[in-house]
Amino acid sequence: MWQYTLKRLLQGVITVWFIATATFVAMHSVPGDPLSGQRAMTEGIRANLEARYGLDRPVTEQYFIYMGNLLRGDFGISFTQQNRQVNDIIREHFPVSATLGVLAILFAALGGVLWGALTALYRNRLPDTIIMFLVILGISVPSFVFAALGQLGLVSINSLLGTSLLPVAGWGTVSHMILPALVLGMGTMAYLTRLMRSSMLEIINSDYVRTARAKGLPPARIFTRHQLRNAILPVITVLGPAIAAITTGGFVVELVFAIPGLGRYFVQAVQQLDYTVIMGTTVFYGAFLVFMVIVVDLLYGWIDPRVRLQ
Amino acid sequence: MSDSPVTLTPEDFSPLLERPDKHGISRPSRSYWQDAWIRLKKNRRAILSLWMIVALVAFALLGPLLWQVDPARQDIDQISQAPGVDRSAIIVAPYSAWDGSLLPGMTANPQLHLAAPPTSQAVRLRWEGVPGANGYRLYRNIFPIDDQLAFGLPIAEFPSAEFPSAEFPSAAAGYYEDRLDLRPRSYYYSLVALDENGVPTTEHQTLEAEVVRVITLEEVRERGLVAATSMPAEGDEVFLALHPLGTDYLGRDMLARLMAGAQVSLFIGFVAPLLYVLLGVVYGSVAGFLGGRVDQVMMRFADFVVALPFLLFMILFQVVFGIGPGESGILPMLVALVVLAWPATARLVRGQVLQIREEAYIGASRLLGARSGYLVWRHMIPNTLGVVLVTLTFAVPSAIFTEAFLSFIGMGVAPPTASWGSMSNEGLATMLTHPHELIFPSLFISVTVLAFNLLGDGLRDALDVRMRSVE
Repeated sequence: MWQYTLKRLLQGVITVWFIATATFVAMHSVPGDPLSGQRAMTEGIRANLEARYGLDRPVTEQYFIYMGNLLRGDFGISFTQQNRQVNDIIREHFPVSATLGVLAILFAALGGVLWGALTALYRNRLPDTIIMFLVILGISVPSFVFAALGQLGLVSINSLLGTSLLPVAGWGTVSHMILPALVLGMGTMAYLTRLMRSSMLEIINSDYVRTARAKGLPPARIFTRHQLRNAILPVITVLGPAIAAITTGGFVVELVFAIPGLGRYFVQAVQQLDYTVIMGTTVFYGAFLVFMVIVVDLLYGWIDPRVRLQ
Repeated sequence: MSDSPVTLTPEDFSPLLERPDKHGISRPSRSYWQDAWIRLKKNRRAILSLWMIVALVAFALLGPLLWQVDPARQDIDQISQAPGVDRSAIIVAPYSAWDGSLLPGMTANPQLHLAAPPTSQAVRLRWEGVPGANGYRLYRNIFPIDDQLAFGLPIAEFPSAEFPSAEFPSAAAGYYEDRLDLRPRSYYYSLVALDENGVPTTEHQTLEAEVVRVITLEEVRERGLVAATSMPAEGDEVFLALHPLGTDYLGRDMLARLMAGAQVSLFIGFVAPLLYVLLGVVYGSVAGFLGGRVDQVMMRFADFVVALPFLLFMILFQVVFGIGPGESGILPMLVALVVLAWPATARLVRGQVLQIREEAYIGASRLLGARSGYLVWRHMIPNTLGVVLVTLTFAVPSAIFTEAFLSFIGMGVAPPTASWGSMSNEGLATMLTHPHELIFPSLFISVTVLAFNLLGDGLRDALDVRMRSVE
């Protein structure tokens, strides 16, 4: 187990190193340089700037400086926002994204397990048909459409009621978080519902459930202790990819709902070609996602002893 | 057992005659694909989706032949036009300057009044003024003025010194001509008196002006709204260019843009998965067939690509490739998709090939002297084709999704190329006032992805018994 954990962590570190290197190479193969396109700049100022940012050194040396800085946890300085460090941007805005993401994951997981179990219990009856139709819809509709339609719907509800039921955009209070988290978790919830349903159906017909029933256990107890607990396992395995989906989905939801999260900053940086912010946030997000997948895998091994980890 | 002795005759030991009725094939023999097709045809949702996809392809390919409107052409007379709205316009004389006089046929009154019928060319207002006012401020609103006295947009201010002037032709205290972005709708103009400090008082006069869309003869000719032979005169009614699904915020035809967007989305949706599934099949079958060290190294590399965060690297690729002037940005997206998305298919095909390699029929074929190429071509590929086809069907919606996502955040196709994702993004800004600009492209994305997902479900059920979803 320890050996496996160590191996996975090592693999993760190598992946992150590759992500960092790929980002570096990618950013340095973009035509032009970050200082071109500025207004009239004399040679002297340019040389000063290049020295300041280390752009006058050979690429290999720049790479080592960059890697060294990364190891010390220094992502550099923004090119478009004066005196703003990428670290500050991440420190300030990542908690917002994380709050939104955790809420969305919670909502998706709870909803997915609940709806999935429900559809399995009501197999081929009306609730099953209705929920499965909604699930297909949830898988097929992109998050930005959900976000926009959710906002549009909320505006009309607010104007119908005459009061503000929930704020339409912005960030700050719990009421700001509800709609974006719902929208963000929607696709994942649909996916998890589908997964939970098929895993539940498999378990309903299993021998140990029949045994439990034969023993005379009350159905509620069979449901919670035997069916639900076992059916949840496959849901846990896909939580890693689900976290990735919700993180990248956050880019769009934050954009639509004007939430000051890291995703919105990342998209803005990409649009403004703010190289250091792109590099910093990509490496940060990359590392975050890679390690989340590892954590989920390890968690799965810990929860389900049947999974043999070599 | 009966006690009676059994007597055996030599006939009992003669070979049985061939009885064709016993071993005959009672039903027509069907191939795997025929069987799958029959199963698919029974799935009504999948067939409906298949027709939906055919319709979408026709929309993208045949649509532009029937509806020959340039998706990048702007119709500045009809900006953000909702679908199916009245589009007639009256021909009028070209604009000429106005001196504040009352047009014949219009009546003056002491309140704020119109000096000429209000048109989208100009709204001409006159007023007598309020006693004791130290100047006026004119407002325009698109909503009626209620007790809240929300007058809307202040459009002009008149210090009292200017009016009344001696040369002014009538008793009017002032006049104003509004030419600011007039649309065919009702406007509510309010004239608010200012006090001695120039601060608005509650003293106001309000006027509702129903603006009529007008067009000059020259514009009619320029835009080809009437046949070259006909001679329209002033006062005639002409119809502006038809936009069945309305126009966007730049006055571009929505239907033409949706068709152009369908071409982009379906191109990415079909070509990218075809390419990367093909790459994955080749990679996976080579790894699976060769096995051993080569397989290990190849799969380690695939694992590595899988570990990369997909959308993050898609965005990075788009940044690196950059989109030069005049380029649509479709090609970089295609390349990035192929580079990042192949390992899933490669893993799947490798697993299948490893499994099939051990099957008895492969051993039998080998014993009969089949070569590797024959084995791969005749046994391995046909037997993995079902799985690959299902993967391909599910890869299409995910590619369309990715394209829409990237275009939505502005990292996909470059303007003026239309894409459903970028159209949704543009529609977001005017969501409240012109929802059709958001709803149409979103609907197209959702319906397309839905159709491919349902078809994929149906294909999986029809083609592969092992992968069949529990229903």
